[in-house]
Amino acid sequence: MGFTKEELLARLKELQIDFSQYEHPTVLTVEEQAKYVGDKGGGLSKNLFLKDKKSRFYIVSALADTKVDMKVLSQRLGLGKGGIRMAPEEALGEILQVPLGCVTPFALVNESARHVALLLDKGFQSQEHCFFHPLSNDMSIALNACDLDKFLKSIERDPSYVDLEANPTVGKDQPPDLAAFVPSGSSIQPDQPDKAAPLQDPTKNSVPVNKKSVAATGKVAKPQASTQNSKEKPVNPVHQPSVFSDAGFFVEEILNKTSALLLSEITEGAVKENGVNLGTVVAENIRKRLNSDLQSMATMFKNTAYTQGFHAGAHRNL
Amino acid sequence: MEGEKRENQNQAAEEEDQIVNPWEVAAKDGGKIDYDKLIDKFGCQRLDQTLIDRVHRLTGRPPHVFLRRGVFFAHRDFNEILDAYEKGKKFYLYTGRGPSSEALHIGHLVPFMFTKYLQDVFRVPLVIQLTDDEKCMWKNLTVEESQRLARENAKDIIACGFDITRTFIFSDFDYVGGAFYKNMVKVAKCVTLNKVQGIFGFSGEDHIGKISFPPVQAVPSFPSSFPHLFSGKDDLRCLIPCAIDQDPYFRMTRDAAPRIGYHKPSLIESTFFPALQGETGKMSASDPNSAIYVTDSAKVIKSKINKYAFSGGQDSVEKHRQLGANLEVDISVKYLNFFLEDDVELEHIKTEYAAGRMLTGEVKGRLGSVLSEIVERHRAARASVTDEVVDAFMAVRPLPNMFD
Repeated sequence: MGFTKEELLARLKELQIDFSQYEHPTVLTVEEQAKYVGDKGGGLSKNLFLKDKKSRFYIVSALADTKVDMKVLSQRLGLGKGGIRMAPEEALGEILQVPLGCVTPFALVNESARHVALLLDKGFQSQEHCFFHPLSNDMSIALNACDLDKFLKSIERDPSYVDLEANPTVGKDQPPDLAAFVPSGSSIQPDQPDKAAPLQDPTKNSVPVNKKSVAATGKVAKPQASTQNSKEKPVNPVHQPSVFSDAGFFVEEILNKTSALLLSEITEGAVKENGVNLGTVVAENIRKRLNSDLQSMATMFKNTAYTQGFHAGAHRNL
Repeated sequence: MEGEKRENQNQAAEEEDQIVNPWEVAAKDGGKIDYDKLIDKFGCQRLDQTLIDRVHRLTGRPPHVFLRRGVFFAHRDFNEILDAYEKGKKFYLYTGRGPSSEALHIGHLVPFMFTKYLQDVFRVPLVIQLTDDEKCMWKNLTVEESQRLARENAKDIIACGFDITRTFIFSDFDYVGGAFYKNMVKVAKCVTLNKVQGIFGFSGEDHIGKISFPPVQAVPSFPSSFPHLFSGKDDLRCLIPCAIDQDPYFRMTRDAAPRIGYHKPSLIESTFFPALQGETGKMSASDPNSAIYVTDSAKVIKSKINKYAFSGGQDSVEKHRQLGANLEVDISVKYLNFFLEDDVELEHIKTEYAAGRMLTGEVKGRLGSVLSEIVERHRAARASVTDEVVDAFMAVRPLPNMFD
C-alpha cells in the first residue's frame, strides 16, 4: 500500500518542512485546482508522468505556464524524437500509487517509484511557493522550492532543476543534455558509480546522479578487478533463487512451457486429423517450437552458475 | 590537403553513387543497395550453395536460416577456415559492436544471432569487442557515458545466448594495452595516412583520435592480442562475422597481416537490415518507428508493423487479388525472410502473397507473432543478465574449455 496523504503530511512535519495546506473538492486538472488556490500567489504546478520505449518512467514537474515540448524533451533525454509519451493509467497506480490527476513529486516517497526519474522546472526556484498535491487530489500544499528540496533529500533524491523550455540542438556532436536523468539499466541493480558524468550544460544547478553508490570505487582500469568495482550494495538477484539459478524453478518453468504447449496441441481437430499418430505429431511440434526457448533458458542457467562460481573464486581471498 | 580532397572526390565519382563504409551507407539515388556491385568493388566472394552445404556436412547441423536465405552472402577466405577445420584445426570468432545507444533493434541482433550459431556448431571461442572509444570519438559522448552504454549493450549481447565458457567480451577503454597495444602499433606502422584517408574518407579536419582508431578494430583478428586466451597459439585462424559495411577495416587488416607475420582473418559478411519503411528508408536509432526494438511489447510490435511496415500489396483487395503483391519492396516478407525459420512456410507465404491469394494483413500478422516470440525470448534472457554476469563475461580469465 502506498503512502497516504496523512502519512506524507506527518513526515513533512517531522522533517520540519514549512508548508501550507488547502483542502478543496477533488480536482483532476490544473484549471480546476486554480479555482481553489489560484489566488493564493505562488505557482501552480503541472505534473506529467511519462514513460519511454524501455519502460523507464519520469515525473516532469513544471510551473503551469511553462511550455513543455515532449518532442524536445525526448531528444534532450537522448531518447530520439518520439521516445517519450504519457505513461498509461495503470502505471499511475502501480508505480506512483496515486490516483488519476494526482501526479506529484511527493509520490517518489513510495518504494515502488524508486526508479522513476524526476525533472523539476527551474521556474519553481523563483517562486515564493509552489502548489503540489500531497498524494491526494482533495488537497494542495504550498511550499518553497528549498523545502521541496529538503523533502527530496530526505528520500535520497537529488533535487535538480532544469530549464524545461530550453531547446538546445541535439545532434551528432551535441549529446543530449538531459541524458543523465534517464534511469540506469537493470531495475534490480544499484546504479554504477561511473554514472556521475559531468553534464555538458554549465547552467545546471547540480549534477543529478544515482542516489545509491556514494563511495564510488572509480573505474578500474584492468578488468581483473572488474568484479569488485561497483558492488557497494550487493543487491544481486544472483543470490536470490530465480528460474536461472535454482534447479527446481528451472525445471518447473520447462515443465510449465511444455505442458502448456502440449495442451494447446491436443485439440479436437488435431485428434481427428491424426488419430493414433497424434502423439508423434505433437512430440515433433513440441521439439520444433520449444527448442529455441529451452536452449536460451539452459544457456542462461549455465551462465548464471558459472558467474556464481567465478564471483566466489574472485572473492576467495577477501 | 587539396590534393587528397580531390583524390577522394574522384574516388567518389568512380564509386558509382553508392556509399558503403563503417560510418555511412547510402544507396544510389535513394534506391536499393546493389550487393553484386559491392562484392565486385570490395573484391570479396559470394557465399554460394557449395559452401553452405559444406558447412552442413562439417558441422552435422542444418545451416542457419541466415545462410539459407542469403542474409550472410559474402565472404573472404571462409573456405580456408573450413579447410583447416576439416583437418582438425580450430579457429576463433571475432565480432563487435559500437555502443552508440541503448536502444537496440532487431537488426542489431542479426550478427550476434549468427555468431552464436557459429559458436555452437563449430564449438569455438569468441571475442566480442565493444568499441566504446570509437563512439566516444565519433558521437562525442563522454568517456563515462560510452562505457556505460558498452555495459548496457553487453547485456543485450549476452542475452543472445553466448556460452560464457568460451566467450570473452571486452571494451576498448578497459582492455587496450599490453599485447593488444603492441599489435596495434605493429598494424599502425603498416598503414600510411594516405591509405587510411583513402579507405575511410578521413580529411585534414578530422581529429587524430579518429585517424588512429582503425588499428583498434583490426587487432582482435590476431590471437596474440589475447595472451590470456591464445598464448602459444599463434597459428590460430580468425573468422569475423560482420555486416558488409565493416569490410574496409578488415581489408586494411588483411593487407597488414602478412607483413607482420600473421594469418589474414577470414570474413563472413551480411546484407543490411532494412528499415520498416522500406529499403530506401533510413533506419535511425532516433526514429523509434523505423525499427522494432528489443524492448517493444507484442502490442507495440503489432502496431508498428501494421502502421509502418512498407507494404508491397495493392491498394485495394480486388486489385490485390488480381495483381498480387510486389515482393521486391514488401518489408514484411523481407523481415520474414530473416526470421521465419520454416522454409516451407515462407515459400508458401511468398507464393500465395505474390499471387494475390494472401492479403497483407495476414502476412503482417504472421510477422508480428514471429517477432514477438523473438523479442520476448530476448527480454526474458536479458532479465537474467545481472551485472555479475557481465563482469564474468568481461573478466580477463582463461577459458580452458573453449575448444571442447
